[in-house]
Amino acid sequence: MPVPAQNEFFIDPNRCIGCQACVQACSECETHKGYSMIHLDFVDRAHSVQTAPVVCMHCDSPTCAEVCPADAIKKTADGVVQTARKPRCIACNNCVLACPFGVPKMKTDFKLMMKCDMCYDRTSEGLKPMCATVCPSQALFFGTREQIESLRPRSIPTNQFRFGEQTITTKVNMMLPNAGKAEYVDVTKAMGVGTLGKTISLNILDGIYNEESAE
Amino acid sequence: MITREREQLTTSPDGGLLEDQPKWRQDFPIDWPQDHYVSRRDFTKFMVLTSLAFTAGQFWIVVQNYLRTRRGELPLIKIAAVDEVPIGGAVTFAYPEAHDSCLLLRTGEKTFIAFSQKCTHLSCAVVPQPDKGRFYCPCHEGSFDIATGAPIAGPPRRPLPKISVEVRSGAVYATGLELRTI
Repeated sequence: MPVPAQNEFFIDPNRCIGCQACVQACSECETHKGYSMIHLDFVDRAHSVQTAPVVCMHCDSPTCAEVCPADAIKKTADGVVQTARKPRCIACNNCVLACPFGVPKMKTDFKLMMKCDMCYDRTSEGLKPMCATVCPSQALFFGTREQIESLRPRSIPTNQFRFGEQTITTKVNMMLPNAGKAEYVDVTKAMGVGTLGKTISLNILDGIYNEESAE
Repeated sequence: MITREREQLTTSPDGGLLEDQPKWRQDFPIDWPQDHYVSRRDFTKFMVLTSLAFTAGQFWIVVQNYLRTRRGELPLIKIAAVDEVPIGGAVTFAYPEAHDSCLLLRTGEKTFIAFSQKCTHLSCAVVPQPDKGRFYCPCHEGSFDIATGAPIAGPPRRPLPKISVEVRSGAVYATGLELRTI
């Protein structure tokens, strides 16, 4: 059974409080018990407590699957990029190196790549993914677009990410400040940006923010 | 069946149409339904081609059966005159071809018996030992019964091929070859 099309995943790193509840919940799942498929990234640990949860973004053109030499990573018809097929995966690490979001994890003990599959056993049954269920601040939100729009009027979801010349469209949405009206998140612009005191400016939003910084 | 929309669910990195993509991209699709479709198609192709090969093989066997040369009846070859072989003695001869050496034994006044000389273990030449009632193979200490050619000791497990012999007007003739497994 496919994941219902109206149910979407929204990530709002702004709301993340770094409680690790999603990581714990993920690692308790029977399908990959003891191993969490979610990353809780510390944006700049030396200067800030800000964290950002990273789940699989489920790209329209999944780079992990494109680079897989063993044809092991497949996408179901509902757009969910599944974890590696165990009989096919050769543990070559190509997907781990290729994924722009750093999602796939290599379990060398199992000789298998394991990644977030949006809790396919749950979402295909109409339930929420485990991380979205437990997130106390709802930085990880799973629901319809109408719900998120009424709950977060000051944010707008986007699913366009810019890596240099390439724009990647994903199934999972990232919540951005409504004022920016950015077409896409420019991920590579954040690279090499230093921090100033307690302020973290990543310049990842195209549009007014960049123009302001340029001036 | 797979719908068109499903086939084009995954967009290629260059954003082009499915038709414009290289063939390997269609052979190794990222989409799960399309991947299953390809596996099914490969399996069906494999089954059809394999059955076809088996069918063709059967016909080839039939054709070969018509094409092969038949050996026909084995020749009738004179081995020796009756007087040349003493009772209890043996002579060597070749039957049916020049290199198939055989042994003819005279066991009585009018009884002759012949076996191939090739040991059924590793083709060494066997030596008749009438006093011990056996053919003896010196290579691996193999023994065959002198009356029947059956293996009685050592590594050989199959009996010696028997040559049927006939006495006609004072001479012994080899008339046929009897290959046996037990």
